[in-house]
Amino acid sequence: MATTRIYRLPELSLRFTAVWQRNLLVWRKLAIASVLGNIADPLLYMVALGYGIGAFVPEVGGMKYIAFIGTGMVCQSAMFTSSFEAMYSAFSRMHVQRTWEAIINAPLSLDDVMLAEWIWTASKAVVSTAAILAVIVALGFGHSWLALWIIPLGFAVGLTFGALGLVMNALAPSYDFFTYFFTLVLTPMLLLCGVFFPVDQMPAALQGVAAFLPLKHAIDLARPLVAGVVPGNIVLHLAVLLAYAFAAYYVALVLTRRRLLK
Amino acid sequence: MTPADSGAPVDTRPAAAAANGRDVVLRVAALRKFYGASEVVRGLSFEIRRGKTTTLRCCLGLIDPDGGTIEMVGHPVPEAARVARIRVGVVPQVDNLDPDFTVAENLRIYGRYFGVDRATLAARIPKLLEFAGLGGKEKMGIRTLSGGMKRRLTLARALVNDPELLILDEPTTGLDPQARHLIWDGLRQLLSQGKTILLTTHFMDEAERLATRLAVIDRGTMIACDTPRALIEAEVEPEVIEVFGDAARAWANAQGRALAARLEIAGETAFCYATDPQPLLAALAHVPGVRYLHRPANLEDLFIKLTGRELRD
Repeated sequence: MATTRIYRLPELSLRFTAVWQRNLLVWRKLAIASVLGNIADPLLYMVALGYGIGAFVPEVGGMKYIAFIGTGMVCQSAMFTSSFEAMYSAFSRMHVQRTWEAIINAPLSLDDVMLAEWIWTASKAVVSTAAILAVIVALGFGHSWLALWIIPLGFAVGLTFGALGLVMNALAPSYDFFTYFFTLVLTPMLLLCGVFFPVDQMPAALQGVAAFLPLKHAIDLARPLVAGVVPGNIVLHLAVLLAYAFAAYYVALVLTRRRLLK
Repeated sequence: MTPADSGAPVDTRPAAAAANGRDVVLRVAALRKFYGASEVVRGLSFEIRRGKTTTLRCCLGLIDPDGGTIEMVGHPVPEAARVARIRVGVVPQVDNLDPDFTVAENLRIYGRYFGVDRATLAARIPKLLEFAGLGGKEKMGIRTLSGGMKRRLTLARALVNDPELLILDEPTTGLDPQARHLIWDGLRQLLSQGKTILLTTHFMDEAERLATRLAVIDRGTMIACDTPRALIEAEVEPEVIEVFGDAARAWANAQGRALAARLEIAGETAFCYATDPQPLLAALAHVPGVRYLHRPANLEDLFIKLTGRELRD
């Protein structure tokens, strides 16, 4: 019985909101530093490459290069913000501070804690998505109402990479372990999914790889939205993102149960 | 010499709790827990250190037992563990206060996990801080607290939901004597308020001071259960003379064994157990090279008699 129970489906309850609120309260104490930390990198890339490379390449796929890379950076920041939160921050709470252990002595289950952490990673992704979108709009792009759909898209990207990060968190013996995720997952996403240049300029084999990577599907949705066009294949792109998200979340939940409930 | 690797869960239930109609707050029957092939509750000696904590984690519904039934504050566990935990407070063995919050915030945030409303919390928190001797320290960060203050705050946190049953896993391990006495005072206050307390400890004097009912657990099996005094009276001679010094062993073998009802040698000390200590005391008065301590039998004597003197690593 004990061995099969770790595979049971997630037990959902609204009690998770108390844990989500806990994270929000901590974040509020350091909100400005936290948001700056999450958006400084993507903004620098966007401005430096946008103006630097933009001088040689005025337009890509019918978009100003700075808007093109800005849209890539929106998705990149959602990916990095949620990954960081799910790995370093969640690992601190789970392993270093033992905050999760304290919480599951209250009438909350580990499933509640995991759900709260997952939603929280996506919530933080929304904050950095919104901040970068605001900069894109301030620079004179994305002036269609459609661009606001970028914000729920940021939430979906956050769910995807937050869940993948939580898988790593469940397996990590220490912080060093997360380096694998950066070199093996996040860097390939960043370079192969069309953040800096269009995917269709790459060799067919690499395009084939990119088709399986969730960030590519996020960017395929984001670019038209900033350009003011309804994206094609919405269902396919969302399905890939959410399939990764839910599958990874379930794996993370099973692995975390195995790690903590023994 | 201290029985460092076995533990004694202590049920310090006052008479008042038995009278209020819910006389069984925690019922564990035939509990078994395996890790792989080894049985930790009723298990192997090298894992006995984890036996108590494993039992407590089973009771809270955090891990599933491999056999047996548990009922906590009237609810079956693990099936209804969540509902049961609403009325239970826990002081864990390792401090896990939330370092991202202040002293008062720790209580407030923890109260929300139980769904305690804001008004109730606002009224309850100052009283809990007063109880824990942390009045005026609301805004202090957790990292600046001493070990004793952290333990007291953890105890206050376990009370934030006004629990019926309080579970403490070695609450005073690692504390200095002053801090330990403060925790004991707090627990006695709670007992006088009619709370039921389940406490595990390695410290026999802690068990003797606080417990109304005491279970000795060795190698995952309960080997005795009664009030501390009754256990001692039933199992151990009432008087103990500890004889130590260079000549203690030689004296014990030559003379002590004949005079004591029971004699045990551990290292350089001979423990002489007796109903009438006078012949021993008279003999010892004239022995050069030994010192001795005459005292009443205590729980440690009982514990060692029941579980033996060898280390249990």
